Amino acid sequence: MYKQSSIHSSAGTSHGSSRSYLVGFLVSVLLTLIPFALVMFPSLPRTVTAWLVVALGVIQVVVHLKFFLHLDTAQEQRWNLVALIFSAVIILLLVGLSLWIMGSIHHNMLAH
Amino acid sequence: MSNIVIEKDVAHTQEHGHEDAGSLSVFGFWIYLMTDCILFATLFAGYAVLRDSVAGGPSSVDIFELPYVLAETMLLLLSSITYGYAMLAMNRDQQSQVLRWLGLTFVLGAGFIAMEINEFHHLIAEGYGPDRSAFLTAFFTLVGTHGAHVLTGLIWMAVLMVQIRQKGLTNTNATRLSCLSLFWHFLDVVWICVFTVVYLLGVV
Repeated sequence: MYKQSSIHSSAGTSHGSSRSYLVGFLVSVLLTLIPFALVMFPSLPRTVTAWLVVALGVIQVVVHLKFFLHLDTAQEQRWNLVALIFSAVIILLLVGLSLWIMGSIHHNMLAH
Repeated sequence: MSNIVIEKDVAHTQEHGHEDAGSLSVFGFWIYLMTDCILFATLFAGYAVLRDSVAGGPSSVDIFELPYVLAETMLLLLSSITYGYAMLAMNRDQQSQVLRWLGLTFVLGAGFIAMEINEFHHLIAEGYGPDRSAFLTAFFTLVGTHGAHVLTGLIWMAVLMVQIRQKGLTNTNATRLSCLSLFWHFLDVVWICVFTVVYLLGVV
């Protein structure tokens, strides 16, 4: 009994249930099949398909964070979430600004 | 009498200290994963910048086979839920179940790696290796780094299965399982970004 309770508290992240894993899995399968189908059997305009694929990808990342990594706003997980949000800001700056800079260089030096 | 009480107290605080160390380890591992995120972000940025620099070689539309990538994705997704069931078995303190689910996760992960090596081998044999163009360099670096992570996870999983078989589900092994759980699910999250940005947006 004692051993079990210490295993529980040493995990550091909250646990899911069998049901939450299954729901996460089924939703993820759906969110994988839809974008693949959209690209493999093109029926929408190219830009619409591209934006849909990106949007579904973002949704699936959130689904994974919630159902598989069990990230939520609970008190004991506050710092995990803060670290994630901080990383997300850094990543947005890193990727966004890199693309902006390299796009400008391409536009000003190569394309014209 | 009072001695015994003190001893119990000491034992209790030590046990607490150990528990805190366990959850601190998991939190520390989470911080490492965040830095790993940034590593992948730089590779994604590099790929996004270089994806049109094909140098007369093949572009993404020519070399990507989506049904093959879909199969890889499903393997990795399945391995995520089987690892989840291993964690649930750990919470119920059922060692043999943990080992069974970990074994299944290992097989699925190994299948993913085998498919990826096969894809790389196929491309290199056709003359589309990482030396062909900047696009292919970026592609091999990004997807290869993810593959190297999965391979590391597999080695870790194999070692952990031996450790659990020898020592059982101790606190230390439970902490290790929790860390590998984060690592494994994190790699699946990175793969979502890979198949979205590289494969789907490359073919669309």
